[in-house]
Amino acid sequence: MTFEEIHQKLLAKFPQAVQGIEETVPEKSLKIHPEHIVSVIRFMKDEMQFETLGDLCGLDYPALSASCVAYHMQSYAHKKVVRLKCYLPREGAAIESVTSLFKAANWLEREAFDMFGIRFNGHPELRRILCPEDWVGHPLRKDYQTPDYYNGMPVPLYFDNPNESTAGNAHK
Amino acid sequence: MIPSDSVVMTSVDEVLSWGRRNSLWPLTFGLACCAIEMMATGASDYDLERFGCGVFRATPRQADLMIVAGTVTLKMASRIRTLYEQMPEPKWVISMGSCSNKGGPYWHEGYHVLKGVDRVVPVDVYVPGCPPRPETLLEAVMMLQKKIRVQESSMGLLGSLRKQV
Repeated sequence: MTFEEIHQKLLAKFPQAVQGIEETVPEKSLKIHPEHIVSVIRFMKDEMQFETLGDLCGLDYPALSASCVAYHMQSYAHKKVVRLKCYLPREGAAIESVTSLFKAANWLEREAFDMFGIRFNGHPELRRILCPEDWVGHPLRKDYQTPDYYNGMPVPLYFDNPNESTAGNAHK
Repeated sequence: MIPSDSVVMTSVDEVLSWGRRNSLWPLTFGLACCAIEMMATGASDYDLERFGCGVFRATPRQADLMIVAGTVTLKMASRIRTLYEQMPEPKWVISMGSCSNKGGPYWHEGYHVLKGVDRVVPVDVYVPGCPPRPETLLEAVMMLQKKIRVQESSMGLLGSLRKQV
């Protein structure tokens, strides 16, 4: 099953959900409307033998003022990986959780929430997974500023002597 | 070789210091890849036990050496401080590897890494390397033993019980 066949099959089933093809490396991606992502993934899982969610991650595009969620759907039957990308508004990004379809999505969605602040509606336990519970901000967003202190501990290397700083403005 | 019927004269401080530096019990405690090298140091090839330092204790209450082996994240730093405070005096800390010395490869961009474990606990010996080879850790242990010998004999019994932090 080639990428084009998958695209056509999904387009025939969900004409309003498939927004087009994005040229990414090493393989192309399918742009999916966020509202339909759960039904698209359910269809791929149940009808197209894409039985594994290989990865789920967040992305940040400040230039497009968009956040993005990428789903890597894997099929052992077809020996194929297809990446689905959902673009969300950057502020207050929220999308339906796929934990009802894949248990693997639980921690991956928590990671995307922790790092990018994307909310997953219907997630059973949406809290930070890597950063401490009282962490402020979402570190992998491009405009993230490293804090000066965390719980009384200085974070930057040369905080006490800013003249020696090589760490850039974010650390001053 | 000392004949079996002979008498050895020494001071109480010297005996205590000898006992301490030759029975350093480290805390079982690994944070990242340096811990693999620490385990290799404890295993049969390098055999940390030759220096009396191989009894890795599973609780800080029984340990007197903390080998901070690996990247200290900010999330972990407060836990390390708690573990350090749970260890009975006298106690020593070896900072193993670049990460725990000064942040290592995360010194610049690492928003989540403590830039040196000496920001939360006092460090006696720093071990450079990424990760340090077992020989390096062995040298650090021997250096610490030398340090304990000098420190304790100069501070006296009461002084050594209250190690300066």
